Order: sequence, then C-alpha cells, then structure tokens
Amino acid sequence: MDKVATSGAAAHGHAHEHTHEHHELGFWRKYVFSQDHKVIGIQYAVTGLVFLFFGFTLMMIMRWSMAYPIRPIPLIGSLLGQTRAPGGIMLPEFYNQLGAMHGTIMVFLGVVPLAVGGFGNFVVPLQIGAPDMAFPKLNMASYWVYFLGGVTMFVSFFVPGGAAMSGWTSYAPLSVIAQPGQLGQTLWLVGMVFLITSSLLGSVNFIVTIVQLRAKGLSWMRLPFFVWAQLVTAFLLLLAFPPLEAAGVLQLMDRVAGTSFFMPSGLVVGNVPVQVSGGGNPLMWQHLFWFLAHPEVYVLVLPAMGIVGEIIANNTRKPLWGYRTLVYAVAFLGFMSFIVWAHHMFMTGMGTTISAFFQTTTMIISIPSVIILTALLLSLWGASIRFTTPMLFALAFLPMFAIGGLTGLPLGLAPSDIPLHDTYYVIGHFHYVVAPGTIFALFAGIYYWFPKATGRKMNDVLGAIHFWGSFVCINIVFMPMFIQGLAGMNRRMYDGGLLYANNQGLPLQLNVVIGMAVWTLSLFQIPFIINFFASMKWGKKVSDNPWDATTLEWSAPSPPGHGNFLTEPVVYRGPYEYSVPGAAKDFSPQFEPERA
Amino acid sequence: MEIPYIVDARPDTGLHNCKLGIWLFLASEVMLFGALFSTYIILRTGAVEWPFGELNVWLGMANTFILIGSSVTMVMAWASLKLNDFGKHRLYLIGTFVLAGIFLVNKYFEYADHVTRGELPSHSTFLAVYYTMTGLHGLHIVGGMVVMAYLLGPGAKMWKTRPDQFSNRIEATGLYWHFVDLVWIFLFPVLYLL
Amino acid sequence: MHSDAAEVKKTIRTYLMVGAALFVGTVITVAANQIHFAVPLAITAALVIASIKGSMVAAVFMHLSHEKRWIYGSLVLTVVFFIVLMMLPVLTTADHIGTPIHAPSALSGAEGGHEGH
Repeated sequence: MDKVATSGAAAHGHAHEHTHEHHELGFWRKYVFSQDHKVIGIQYAVTGLVFLFFGFTLMMIMRWSMAYPIRPIPLIGSLLGQTRAPGGIMLPEFYNQLGAMHGTIMVFLGVVPLAVGGFGNFVVPLQIGAPDMAFPKLNMASYWVYFLGGVTMFVSFFVPGGAAMSGWTSYAPLSVIAQPGQLGQTLWLVGMVFLITSSLLGSVNFIVTIVQLRAKGLSWMRLPFFVWAQLVTAFLLLLAFPPLEAAGVLQLMDRVAGTSFFMPSGLVVGNVPVQVSGGGNPLMWQHLFWFLAHPEVYVLVLPAMGIVGEIIANNTRKPLWGYRTLVYAVAFLGFMSFIVWAHHMFMTGMGTTISAFFQTTTMIISIPSVIILTALLLSLWGASIRFTTPMLFALAFLPMFAIGGLTGLPLGLAPSDIPLHDTYYVIGHFHYVVAPGTIFALFAGIYYWFPKATGRKMNDVLGAIHFWGSFVCINIVFMPMFIQGLAGMNRRMYDGGLLYANNQGLPLQLNVVIGMAVWTLSLFQIPFIINFFASMKWGKKVSDNPWDATTLEWSAPSPPGHGNFLTEPVVYRGPYEYSVPGAAKDFSPQFEPERA
Repeated sequence: MEIPYIVDARPDTGLHNCKLGIWLFLASEVMLFGALFSTYIILRTGAVEWPFGELNVWLGMANTFILIGSSVTMVMAWASLKLNDFGKHRLYLIGTFVLAGIFLVNKYFEYADHVTRGELPSHSTFLAVYYTMTGLHGLHIVGGMVVMAYLLGPGAKMWKTRPDQFSNRIEATGLYWHFVDLVWIFLFPVLYLL
Repeated sequence: MHSDAAEVKKTIRTYLMVGAALFVGTVITVAANQIHFAVPLAITAALVIASIKGSMVAAVFMHLSHEKRWIYGSLVLTVVFFIVLMMLPVLTTADHIGTPIHAPSALSGAEGGHEGH
C-alpha cells in the first residue's frame, strides 16, 4: 500500500518494528482467507507437509502387510474397521486403496503444493523484489481450490466402498469398471479436477509475477536459479495439466454417464460382457495421463534443483558453476519433458518406430539433467563448505538424485524396460528421484528459509539427527527395491508377493528389512516436527540475513511485513557474487550498491 | 508498495499483468480443448463407422451466427470504452450477454430433442463426444456470462474510479469471449458437418 | 496500442468487416456440406475454412496481428505442444506391433456390428 519513508541507507535495515501498518485486517482475512503471498505460501507448505505425513502413514500401514502378510496390524489394526481390515488383517482391496492414494497424495497433495505452492509462493516474490504476487485474489483462490481437492481426496476414504483403488495412474478400463456404483474413483476424479484447476491458476500467477514484477535492475541473467526453475515449472503446469483435466472429465463421463471414451468394444470382465457402447480407446487415457505426468516429474524435481542451487551457492561461498548453462539446461529440460511421455508405455504394443522416437527423446532429456547435476557438483570444487543443516540435505540430494536418474536410463530403453516394467525396480527408481531427492531438497529449503518466515533459526542438533537418521533409513528403504525388482518382484502385491516363486528367499526377506527401515524412518521425522514447532517459539533469533546470502529475499525484514520490502529494492549485480576478489566481505548482495 | 503494472504496461514487456495473465490462461485452454480434439481424432480414426447427419445442422449454424454476432458486439463494447462512450459500451455488453443466453437456450432445445429421442451420451461414441465437447464449451459460455454479469453489475462502478483498469478488464473478458467463439468455430464443422 | 480514438474508429470498420466475413464463411461451410463431397475432401474443406475463420478472430478480434513478444512466445510454445498432443497419440496407434486385429476397410463389412454400430 503506502510506501514507507525510511532513511535510504539501509535497504537491509534491521527495522523489525517497521511502521508498515495498514487498516488492520481481522483474523480471518489475515491468516485464513489471506491474499498475502507469504501467508498463502505458508498455508500451502503446512498443508503440503500434513499431506506428506498422511501419505507416509498410508505407506507405513501398507509395509506391514507386505512384511508380515496375513498378520494383524499392531496398534491401529483394530481401528481400521471390518470393511478395511477385519480382525486387524488388511484386505487386499484396502491395500489397493492405500497404494492408489499414497501415490496421489504424495505427488499432487504433498510434494507439488510444498515445492511450488509453498516455496514458490513464499520465495519467488521476495527473490524478484516484488511486493506480492501479480494476482493476490487468484492466489488465495488457488490455495482454497487445492484445499477443496485435498478434502475431496481425504473424504473418499470414508465413503462406502472406500477410496480409489486403481493405482495413482488410474488406468482405464480398470478405473472405469472398479467399484461400480460407488464413489471412490469418482471422488478421485473430482478431486483431481480441483487440484488441476488450482495448479493452473497458480501457474498463470507465477509466470505473470516473474515476467512482470521483477525489481529494477533484475534482468533475466541476474535472476536466482530458483526463480528460473519455478518459471519453467509454471510453464509445465500451465501446458501439461489441461490434457489431464480433459482426461479426468472424460473418465468422469465414462463412470457417471456411461460413455465409452476409454472403454473398448468387446470387453469381458469375469466372463460377463461389459454393457457399454464400446469403441473407446483405453490407451488414450494413458497418453493424456502421461502427457501431464511426465512433465509432472520435472514439476517435482525442478523446484528441488532450484532450492539446492541456492543453498549450494550460499554454503560454498562461491558463485554457482556455470549459471548460464544451468538456466539453458533447465529451459531445455522443460521443453523436452513434453515429448518423452510414451516411454511409460513401451508395454502397450507400440511399434518399434515410435518406440525409437521416444527412446531417443528420453536419452536426450537425460543430457540437461546431467548438466544440471554436474554443474551443482562442480560448484563444490575447491570451496570451503559450511556444513549447515540445509547444506547437509542439499548435499545429500546430489547423489540421491543421481541414483534415481541413472537407474532411470534402463527404463527409458524399451528392451530393458520390458522386463523391468511394473517391478519394484521402477518403484526404487522414481522414489530415489522424489523421496531422498526432491523431499530432501524440500527439507533443505525449510531449514534454509525458516529464518526468513519466522525471524528464528531451526535447531541444528535436531536438524542433524533428522538428517542422518533419514539419510540412512531412506537408503535402506529404497536400495533393496532394485534387488527385488531385478529378481522380478511385481509391484502392487498386498502380501509382498508371498505366493510367487520368483519372490521366494531374499526378495521376501527384504520386505521385512524395508518395513523396519520405513518405521524407523518415521521415528526420525519426530525431531523435525518438534524442531519445526519449537523453533517458531523458542528458536534462536537471527538477523535479516543470517546465512550471509546475496539474493533479494534477505534484504527484507524477517518476517517480511505486508508489501515485503521497506524501500523499493534495486538490483545491482548477479545473484551469486560470493567471494568477489577485492570485496570487503565474502558476499556481495544483489541489493547493495557498488562501494567506492 | 503497490503491485505494479496493473494498469500501465511494463516498459520492457509492453504488457500489463492482466493481459499476460489472460493469454496464459487461454494457452492452457488451448491445451484443454486440444486434448479433447486429440481424443476425438483417436476415437474417430479407430471407429469402424461414424454417424453422419445425426445433428441438426441448422440449429448449429444458428448458434454459430449467434456466437459470431456476440464476438462482434464484445469487441464493440471494448472499442466504445476506448472512445469514452460508456452508454454504448453497456449496450454492446448487454447485447453480448443476451446473445450468449440465446446460444444456451438454443443448446438446451438441442439437448432436450436428443434426450427425448433417447440419444444419451452412453448411446454411442459420437454422442459421447458431442455431449462432452459441447457441454464443456457450454460451461465456458456460462463462465463468460458470469463475468459479464459482474462487469454489468457491481463491477461497472470501477469505470468511475479507475477507467483504465476497467477497460483492461473488458479487454481480458473480450479475449476470453473471442476464444470461446473460436473453439465453437472448430466444434461446429467437426461435430455437425463431418 | 489502440488508445487514441481516431485509430479505434478506424479499427471498428475492420471489426465489422471481419464479422461479416465470418458470417459468409459459415454459410460457405454449410453450403459445401450440402453437396456431399468425398469424406477426405469434405474434412479438408471444412477445416481449412474453420482455420481461416479462426485466424481472423485471433488476428483481429484478439489483436494477435500486433501483440507483444511474450504473448507470441507463449503461444508459439503452446502451438508446438498442441501439435505434439494431436500427432503423437495418433502416430502411436498407427505404428503397432504385428498386423492389426481389424483393418476397418477389410472387415467393416463382415464385422460391422463388432466395433461400432
């Protein structure tokens, strides 16, 4: 609103009690239906974290059924009810619900809202020196539409017949004929329409904000890498999500109005012909689903790479190695991600010509990923690294993402994908990308920007416990999956493949190891939860720029007031001018003018 | 700090926020309808036979005329604002709103006719495509009407206080409306004629 | 762009002419449809006319004939992915392993009731 007249000198002034008050908003407008990007960002982040925890809980229950099949689930088994786990023993149908919803919740309700909605909303306007997002009301709407989508998904567990159970990919025709007359899958589709709408509103807002609201002097090649990553992510969401929205509507028609978009002619289920008009194409669902869901992988990964880039530059006290290359690689990665999707569909009977096309594009897209990872790795060379908590997570991201990426190569080539398809190898591969990869980067981001959001630092001892415990456990969870997958163990088996010949011996025993590691991993999240809440109240108070960082968000007060900056920010240099020869300090912030 | 470039264009992009925003939204809409058209192509090329002449071409043509007419009145509503003629602007905008309403009424009769003859979406792939695509397009018409109703009602007050921002809003509404018209220009031959 | 009144007055004539052209285009499409061409020709003709009409709406009503760099850029990107979305699914169904179970031309007479209706 009103620009505050401060004594021009201190752009990064310590004026915590800035006289920035406006007509005081009531509680509801200030914290619930807020239009302030910081509040919305925190709302997104907290909701995303809650859903991450919820999705993780689903997995902990599933892992019991896999490690100890047909044995009652301890503690909560009796609470699940007769329709889910009679006598505490999990029904296969319930396992399928948990599996489908674990994937959906982790991707669409957990990681994306935290990475894009949370960090994007909170950090991007601050890093580009904007007072808010370009469309604050739209921003609020996109959070609440997301929230509605989350509620819809959550409620679906409690309707008769339970939640969706056709996998997070909801492949037709299974998803159309599953749970006939029941609401589970239908609610999943409605929930997805909400989530997609929310993402669309958000992505329009991000692009306009980044293009239009950059501060004076903040030219494109001075943008922090995180902002670039968010810009590319926003374009992915904008152009890849609508086809899934269309597909969701079509599947909704198939389920509710009895159409046959994805229902082929002559479909027979349980010796009974399915009564539909037929003529549909089930593969079209896969095309439309993966048209989104492959770019979605990069929606999950790019913001994580952005966060890691920021933290590595800050904690190595060096400029990022090859900033321009990173920017071009990210843009190219985003573009290529639209034309690789059918590598998820090598098993659908595609011919060799079109398979060759998608294999080629898949090999090409691995190049920019490797460039980004290499540039981040080379940034460490010769640095005197500060092993702060965010840096621990950011450093772990590099090898974890590398394992995830490299194990993906055999899946991108049809000959090796065909035996590996739908095995635990695939699960291991993409979880390495998303869990110890992206989610570690998101934890890094939380530790890194927590002081900006609250004015206090999170505790480093608890942070170290959280990091080392999680790092060890999560590798014990996912590394054995490669062994199981190579042994031929299929995914989606509620008893862990008890009755299958190729699962006997080591693969089955590994189920117990993985289960133990999952439950231990959950214990190591407790220090984080304690740290998160306790640090808000008792954390060490820190200055506006506790990490001696160079980007614009650190020139605003912590926490920033409404309108963010005390004076209009002006940018004088590139984003990562650390250890500039001849400078007085080892960091030259973007917002500090050239000294004489 | 106020959010900049709500009214004026940012010098290096030449755009105000709202204009870029609505175009990006339309880009996503292109992909939405693109997916539907792509599904249509797949279903049609995979079909053994495809019905011809199942829809009433004359009703469809009438609706095409109505939408093209509403596009003209919409662009005139914006041009009148640029000429500072608020009265004429309202007249044109009301005209657009009414034409949109007539389109929907027409559509209703068309649907009702099919339903009474037992031609439901579940009847054939063609009818499924027809109902879904025109239905989604119809929802876009309704959405446009809601925005127009706002700009005719409570939203019109902005002309007194911030005329430039108001005409930006009319421009954005117009862009959306022309897009809805544009989709229909393709839907009409694809569904009614081919 | 269109801020000064004189220029707007000039463009109004254009708007009305484009409106008229769109009406004429619609009449031509429907008229051509009444003469039953062979299917491929009819599809081509109808889509060509629709594309011309669509381009007129986009260029004139939506002012795309003179827009800014960022809008062109975003739309070019959209058009590229739109084409990808149109082409690749069809290409994957066109290129399949082995011979298709039903070649519509060969079997549609014999097994017409099997697939569609």
